[in-house]
Amino acid sequence: MAHTASTPDSTSSEGPGSAGGPAPDPRRTRKRAALSGFLFGCGIAASMIDLFIFHLGLQWHHFYDLSTHEVALVTDGFFHAFGWFITIWGLFLLADVRRRGGVHWPHWIGAVILGVGIFQLFDGIVDHKLLGIHQIRYGVDILPYDLVWNGTAVILMLIGFLVLRRGARAYRAR
Amino acid sequence: MSSDHAHHADHMHHAETAASVEWPVFEWLVVVVLVLAAAGYGWLLWSGRHRTGPGPWRPVSFYVGLLCVGAGLMGPLAHAGHTSFTAHMVGHLLVGMLGPLLLVLGSPVRVALRGLSTAGARRVTRVLRFPVIRWVTHPVVAAVLNAGGLWLLYTTALFHWMHASAWGHALVHTHIFLAGYVFTAAIAGPDPDPHRSSFRARAVVLVLFIAAHSVLAKWLYAHPPAGVAPHDAHVGAQVMYYGGDVVDVLLIVLLFLGHHRATRPRPATDRMSPTLTQIGEPPVSRHHREPLS
Repeated sequence: MAHTASTPDSTSSEGPGSAGGPAPDPRRTRKRAALSGFLFGCGIAASMIDLFIFHLGLQWHHFYDLSTHEVALVTDGFFHAFGWFITIWGLFLLADVRRRGGVHWPHWIGAVILGVGIFQLFDGIVDHKLLGIHQIRYGVDILPYDLVWNGTAVILMLIGFLVLRRGARAYRAR
Repeated sequence: MSSDHAHHADHMHHAETAASVEWPVFEWLVVVVLVLAAAGYGWLLWSGRHRTGPGPWRPVSFYVGLLCVGAGLMGPLAHAGHTSFTAHMVGHLLVGMLGPLLLVLGSPVRVALRGLSTAGARRVTRVLRFPVIRWVTHPVVAAVLNAGGLWLLYTTALFHWMHASAWGHALVHTHIFLAGYVFTAAIAGPDPDPHRSSFRARAVVLVLFIAAHSVLAKWLYAHPPAGVAPHDAHVGAQVMYYGGDVVDVLLIVLLFLGHHRATRPRPATDRMSPTLTQIGEPPVSRHHREPLS
């Protein structure tokens, strides 16, 4: 307990740490920022987009369709936990990059879009088709839905990649 | 459907007659324990008021946590939990997840160390160093006690035994509360922990725990305990899944927050030795670097 009084620098060091210290390695900062956006994108695609749009909004699929194999159920639980974990991990990495030297938002947003696209493609192929955890919609011909799902995933990946590459120039220009 | 209802009603009737005498005793015990905890925390807070203290929200968190545990163990919600699986699950979230999280955030060990005399504080730290405590507060053990207890409760006859006797109820809920508290404290608690596991180990354990919790919720949706009506089971399972998610996300945030503070960039003078700043920095909670706020 004696330590509490003797660390007045705990808040004041934030300033010099980010502004006055040696310049952070821009390449490392860029990679961290890209990882942050990528994790956050995968995370929101895994844990939020599915929940808020397809489950609560459109109500195309339900909590649990009762037909899932037990292995798929366990895998689903693991993805679910990991989805929330990487969402928050991505945000804390973002906070870390910000306090170490700044974020270029277009670059970060590109990484987010890339993450969403990659996870959506993964979801469309592994979860829907290989594991059969759930389908996009029930009681309809599923093929057009699958094509739109995986097609948008590829388009998002392309857009994300291009935006990310453009944004990365900002780090090199400094 | 009707025979199912009859069985259900019969079971509940049986449970109520068996528990009618012991139930008030259990509720009084809960009141006594909660009042003692509230008074003890308040007294320790008061007697340590001359030293650097916790921010005002830590006591608030602690007392709201006590209210959560109380609401889950007695009163209308706990009574409804005898007949409704959904109410049981809300109570379970309060006693095993939200209540423990708020109590842990109240940082009771630090408040105790601050409020006690030096000899008293030394006695507390000696108890905290007991091998049993060290073993139980290991994240892996705490997670197995927590999630394993839940799996046992909902997939075996333990669920019925719990409803049939007030003491079974007391035992199960004491376990749920203690396991929830120890797990939360081991993963991301602000209290001093001389043997805290690495950030990576705690992160892996937390992800596995969340997975086990959500798989159990979906399992219960499909395979409710005997005597629980399907609709009740469906609502209860979703309460477990989404309610658990809210608390779990808070836990992940707390875990990362501790790591984020511990790895903040140092002033230029500290950067002389990169190994110290990158690897050797222990979690902030171990060294009381942040004032209690």
